[in-house]
Amino acid sequence: MSEAQKQVWKGAIPLQIHLHESEVTTLPPPPPALVLAPRIGYLPLLISLLKPQFSTTLPPGVDTIWFEYKGLPLKWYIPTGVLFDLLCVEPERPWNLTVHFRGYPSIVLLPCEGEDSVKWSFINSLKEAAYVINGNSKNVMNMSQTDQVELWGSVLNGNFETYRRVASKLKLGTFEDEYMENVSSVLVKSSQSTGDTDVTGQLKTGRIPVRLYLWTVNEEFDDFEDAPQIDNWDKVSYINRPVEIYKEDGKYFSLNDAVKRILPEFFLENSFVTDGDANINQSGEEGESSSDPGSCCNTLEIAEIKLVRIQGIEPILDIPFSWVVNNLMNPEYFLHMCVCLKVSKANAVQ
Amino acid sequence: MDLQGAVKDIIAWDGTLSSSDFSLSAHTFSEKWKRFNPSFPPWQWIPCLKHHLVASHKVEGYLSLENMCHIKSSEEEESDRSLTWKEESNISQREEPFDNAALVCPEHEVNQYDFHIVYSATYRVPVLYFRSYHGDGQLLPFDEIEKDLPGHSAKLRSESKWTFISHEEHPYLNRPWYKLHPCGTSDWMKLLFNGDSSLNKKDFVIEQYLVSWFSAIGLVVGLKMPLEMLDTVVSNNS
Repeated sequence: MSEAQKQVWKGAIPLQIHLHESEVTTLPPPPPALVLAPRIGYLPLLISLLKPQFSTTLPPGVDTIWFEYKGLPLKWYIPTGVLFDLLCVEPERPWNLTVHFRGYPSIVLLPCEGEDSVKWSFINSLKEAAYVINGNSKNVMNMSQTDQVELWGSVLNGNFETYRRVASKLKLGTFEDEYMENVSSVLVKSSQSTGDTDVTGQLKTGRIPVRLYLWTVNEEFDDFEDAPQIDNWDKVSYINRPVEIYKEDGKYFSLNDAVKRILPEFFLENSFVTDGDANINQSGEEGESSSDPGSCCNTLEIAEIKLVRIQGIEPILDIPFSWVVNNLMNPEYFLHMCVCLKVSKANAVQ
Repeated sequence: MDLQGAVKDIIAWDGTLSSSDFSLSAHTFSEKWKRFNPSFPPWQWIPCLKHHLVASHKVEGYLSLENMCHIKSSEEEESDRSLTWKEESNISQREEPFDNAALVCPEHEVNQYDFHIVYSATYRVPVLYFRSYHGDGQLLPFDEIEKDLPGHSAKLRSESKWTFISHEEHPYLNRPWYKLHPCGTSDWMKLLFNGDSSLNKKDFVIEQYLVSWFSAIGLVVGLKMPLEMLDTVVSNNS
């Protein structure tokens, strides 16, 4: 058992939740609710804490809870910790949110009918992750009702022990964390040329479920304190794209490698193909890319990674991706990454 | 590398597509639809260039078919609930309110549908997204959409523990859309192509993938495809 996994499960965001002024019918207005929200949980699940505090001041009508941050409706199916990492580039403590019980913005926000909607969103994500890892979703779809209730309950209650026991039945093994046993291979980078790498032993293919939330800044950008506010979901590219990895002896696959492989449209390198599946390079295509008349060199990076944030931390990009996956994954077996790229105009013009 | 190539040749095709093959197949599908369905709106390719300054070898995108109308016929029989789709051209759109008064009872409304075919990197297959709205632009709730579905789809939906249509966010538009679950697609696409041994060439399979895919998926939402879109394939090859 990993100490890091325990910390992830205990992770919490201090929230200060204000009732929207249009829904206040008493004077003085109710004080904000102070809530410690689980990182791996979902905002609508906080209704059991918020409803008692605000119900006496609400106008007549049907309750449909939703949240906003500085005018931006929050997507309830994204884990709370991911929303915080994405929208508070400079962490705000406590995180000030506004809660509504009326006027659900159904044009832009998926409907949420309470805990059941959140549960099924979670189960469907788990099903998708199972497909990525195993090539089918059978173990999730054949889960017994008892196990399903128990698994969801463990997420609701932050019960890591129960979760581990039930989740193990799904047989969603991911990376073999061999690098823990070979610290030296992590410290010493191989300088082999990429084209001539010997493949010893059998190739092991792994697909890792990743959800990446990407936003870009231009070259004038210098400091995150001046970071522009994400006030529109169209400014965030949501990329639901697995990382496919071929394990090669003597090399390790870093977090930096993973980010670039998910974003081939930004990182055109000799050792990568630009296929959307982010597959490893084939020798034939490598020849094609090097003969590109528009490219005077083998590397054409038009973007720079400014920030990668996962579970509230910004790991060193050289860290083995296997460690990141095994320790920082969410309970539905997706690795959620918030990524900021600096995109240069000058490079694009070339 | 030679070993890797050899291994790849041996492995049987698993019914999936890469993202670039999806673009290829989408082009073929769009061309055939235009040729054999001239009275319907075309499937258009919508590129996704969110970052205009980014130079990209490959532009992602999706296919879009918009403003399809479903008109409920008063003569529609309960047991035979196939959708009647009608083209909405610019002219008929302007005259629609008056035509309605003449042709359809006032209680029967015209529902408009948008369909998008989007590539899923998770399942490596196409996925059908759709949404529906009234003539005034108001979105339809699902229980009204369900009435528009062919009878066999509505029946299947009620029987299955796992719903095959769910309300999800459109991957590119940041809006709620309905989605047909893709998790079984690669399995039956493999069956579909393996059944015809004369059509085993890899390039052919990739190019025709979306035509074959739509011949099955379209039926779920009542979009019939002319058989000519498939027949031409056979005559060209023989």
